[in-house]
Amino acid sequence: MNVIDLAWWELAIAASMVVALAITSTLARLNVGKPILVAAARTVIQLSLIGLVLEALFAVGSFHWVALMATVMLLVAGREVMARQKHRLTGGWAFGIGTVSMFISGFSVTVLTLTVVIGPDPWYTPQYAIPLLGMLLGNTMTGVSLSLDRLTEAVWRQRAVIENRLMLGQSWQDAIGDFRREAMRAGMMPMINSMAAAGIVSLPGMMTGQILGGSPPSVAVKYQILVMFTITVGSGFGSMAAVSAGSRRLFDERERLRIDRLSAAKG
Amino acid sequence: MALTIKALSIGALKDIHLVVEPGEIVCLSGESGSGKSRFLRAIADLEPHEGEVYLGERNRLDFQAHDWRHRVMLVPAESQWWADTAGEHFCKPMPKALAALGFGDEAMDWSVARLSSGEKQRLAAARALSCAPEALLLDEPTANLDDENTEQFERWVRQEIAAAAMPVIWVAHDEVQMKRVGNRHFRIKGDHLEPAT
Repeated sequence: MNVIDLAWWELAIAASMVVALAITSTLARLNVGKPILVAAARTVIQLSLIGLVLEALFAVGSFHWVALMATVMLLVAGREVMARQKHRLTGGWAFGIGTVSMFISGFSVTVLTLTVVIGPDPWYTPQYAIPLLGMLLGNTMTGVSLSLDRLTEAVWRQRAVIENRLMLGQSWQDAIGDFRREAMRAGMMPMINSMAAAGIVSLPGMMTGQILGGSPPSVAVKYQILVMFTITVGSGFGSMAAVSAGSRRLFDERERLRIDRLSAAKG
Repeated sequence: MALTIKALSIGALKDIHLVVEPGEIVCLSGESGSGKSRFLRAIADLEPHEGEVYLGERNRLDFQAHDWRHRVMLVPAESQWWADTAGEHFCKPMPKALAALGFGDEAMDWSVARLSSGEKQRLAAARALSCAPEALLLDEPTANLDDENTEQFERWVRQEIAAAAMPVIWVAHDEVQMKRVGNRHFRIKGDHLEPAT
């Protein structure tokens, strides 16, 4: 079965519908007309660029270029995790903890899936490695940033409670335990919810794309299940690692709560 | 065991030396913002600062930090309650203390949401003593109490202090109370402690 390619003028029809939405929302004074157009333009530019990059990468297919691409994706995700936190650890720790925990969980799950489960030859074949890593990092990023934000926000608001628990002689692990568990849970909830709703409420985007691309639904379903499992594992372990490292950093060697290691909220 | 503070500096306070004997209550006063609470926090090792503190012969650094705070317990002016019922915050049930402070046994099942500020303050002191500390740092423990409750609290806490021979630093602002409960009384003046008469 051949894939029907889309001509650029056909995409322009879809674009004109976006313009129509922007005009309508402006008339309704929703103040989102300009953001819609800017975001739409970014989609076109960013995806076209990544299309070019991927075509080049697939053509070369060497390990070095795949590794470079993966590193860039990781660093961008790390920056995004930092940007999404209201109170972040100062001194590069917010970026460092987010990036390292995504590296540990995201990369190990991707490599394991590629080598053991899917098994392309070579294992880093970019057609498999890059999309898999992309989906994994994107979702792990959501989990890690949600959980770190929940942790720092709770500590910022509830510092009096944590300090009072310390005064009563509790260890730092006990004093912050409730908040730590809550933060880890917050990082895992999105994936648990989307696994529970998959196929009933929503047709997952990747599976939809694969079916549109001509794959038999039974194959698409298996890949979708694999991807959801790996995403759950990646974001789950990523959240746990990030919250563990983050909460350790909030206390010093004398188990004192160091609220001065969090930045005040901006704006 | 005595509580010995050597060359402690925090905030405006510089190079403070103080020895509190077992069972002795040292009262500490000073204008608001003079650093009374931070001084207590430093002794409990809750903030970075300079200086050494000993319990008996043992240096604070020989204890794990949470173990130190378990032994040298700070009761803050405003206590925090995180679990659902009051009783969940106690290291062990304290029926005698509750009775002495005017509570019935059912107080342990009270929801913390319904505790008044005065009830919180008295229960926070009972909670601290339920963990069997070896020294006490009290930060305005009767600030939210009326005269009757204050008297009741003083009687109870002095008995407990005498029974366990705990060294105590008691931050207060009421001169009459300090004369009543304190063996010695210091006032914070700028960067040092000054004996008050």
